[in-house]
Amino acid sequence: MFSVARRSVLRQARTPLRLSHPVTVPQYSALSRLLSTLAVLEQKDGKLQNSSLAGITAGTKLGGSITAFVAGSGARSVADEAAKVKGIEKIIYVESDAYDKGLPENFAPLLVENIKKGGFTHIVAGVSAFGKNLMPRVAALLDSQQISDITSIESEDTFVRPIYAGNAILTVQSSDSIKIITVRGTAFPAPEVEGGSATVEEGVDPKAECPTEWISEDLAKSDRPDLGSASKVVSGGRGLKSKEEFDRLMPPLADALGAAIGASRAAVDSGFADNSLQVGQTGKNVAPQLYLCAGISGAIQHLAGMKDSKVIAAINKDPEAPIFQVADVGLVSDLFNSVPELTEKLKAQ
Amino acid sequence: MSGLRILVPVKRVIDYAVKPRVNRAQTAVETASVKHSMNPFDELSIEEAVRLRERKVPVAEIVAFSAGPPKSQDILRTAMAIGADRGIHVVVEEKDPQLEPLGVAKLLKKVVESEKSDLVILGKQSIDDDAGQTGQMLAGLLNWPQATQASKVEIANNTVTVTKEVDGGVETVKAKLPMVITTDLRLNEPRYASLPNIMKAKKKKLDKKTLADYDLDAPPRLKIIKVTEPPPRKGGVKVDDVDGMISKLKELGAL
Repeated sequence: MFSVARRSVLRQARTPLRLSHPVTVPQYSALSRLLSTLAVLEQKDGKLQNSSLAGITAGTKLGGSITAFVAGSGARSVADEAAKVKGIEKIIYVESDAYDKGLPENFAPLLVENIKKGGFTHIVAGVSAFGKNLMPRVAALLDSQQISDITSIESEDTFVRPIYAGNAILTVQSSDSIKIITVRGTAFPAPEVEGGSATVEEGVDPKAECPTEWISEDLAKSDRPDLGSASKVVSGGRGLKSKEEFDRLMPPLADALGAAIGASRAAVDSGFADNSLQVGQTGKNVAPQLYLCAGISGAIQHLAGMKDSKVIAAINKDPEAPIFQVADVGLVSDLFNSVPELTEKLKAQ
Repeated sequence: MSGLRILVPVKRVIDYAVKPRVNRAQTAVETASVKHSMNPFDELSIEEAVRLRERKVPVAEIVAFSAGPPKSQDILRTAMAIGADRGIHVVVEEKDPQLEPLGVAKLLKKVVESEKSDLVILGKQSIDDDAGQTGQMLAGLLNWPQATQASKVEIANNTVTVTKEVDGGVETVKAKLPMVITTDLRLNEPRYASLPNIMKAKKKKLDKKTLADYDLDAPPRLKIIKVTEPPPRKGGVKVDDVDGMISKLKELGAL
């Protein structure tokens, strides 16, 4: 009787061992070994664009190792600078003026070569003009269905993104072996830029030919904070009536608050403000601490770009304007009186 | 060269003015008995193609293309009323697996090859999925140059110069045909189709095809787990004057 009991106890003890060994252990090690993120950093004139660091934060949420990638003339010094960013294990740089303008025709093959060489499972980039232009081309070359503009990560293959101008939130699971993702900067705050110590390594350069020639650029010069990352934004709409009024009323208010200036599509279309200031589904997405808007009715395309702001304040003379449904503080008033008054009183503080 | 062969892909989407509602099962946005229209960015594409012809750029043919449910032929007729010469409709029934941007790009590559197109003008994004991928993916698959978010397009002697909207301003690039261009809002002001042109469009050729005709199998790579409504914002307060606004903003910690 005793021997029977001993045998069965032994058998019981052995069985789970035999079963668990081949099933669970390799699975865990495979996951931690395989999950590795490549974050594509953006540089301009040899300077790291901090807005592109949101990809690092996304990589941190994914788990696994994070490698960053940068290319252009001066990429080595950008890599050295980015090496201090917390969370990055390694930085791959490719030093060549062929990549200075981020043209996707040669930048995409460059990325693809380095992705294949490094065996990365997740490729992330910020939703900037650079990321939007480049990443789908990379995805197509790798035969992967990109996931655009994610706002949250559920797991290594499941992501959350807004659709229909933010009127619906979609959760999708990707079956692709390489996941190409662009991340919304306002949903993934930039990591600390000090305290890290990544190793810097030179990448492969396939030297693909670029059939596209970069001719020129014309960027609006501004001393104000960048619209995409400002903590305060003041925004004007059609209610301002003309470019002269826009220029007379909005900049002083922005300066009194230390805010960036934004605009609705109506204001941009009417020529009151530059297109790069447009906030909304087809413009920029912002999520500042304070979004103060004047003369904006609140069309769904505009709300798509700003409704994640912490506090929304609106000045509009129409009490029925939809903007008041999302505004934390609403003032029904003629903006031509209240905006200058607000500017004066804020300055006096 | 006998003239440009322009392909303009268009998509049928819920009209931009309609507020989309998520269905009760949280699997999709409600599309039954909701007004649909041509994706606004695609209207700009077709308008630009027609304007190229009007600007005396030699254009051999403008072909409008759509992959979607049977009703997508309505927007192809609209495109033909604006000025496309003919249409191609790849019918994808609602019950069938829907094409993702990568699938559409693969399909378009085959269409470009069979139609011998040398310029493809697409919208920069569709306002339903908001992905903004198809044009870039197509350019990658064809290994053609691309210019995204175009606000100005000039073509002379096979060379295309495009002004693009970028963060903080504009950028100009130049490339030789063939090329893929995606349109941004400032590119042009699409015209309304006139009644005579709508009547004429009914007589234009519209080919019906299936994915099998292009020998394409592009099963979805992304599985929809759920679709939900965004969290609503809490209703705010209205203040009476500027002083009230300042003190309320201070109370909320925004100043």
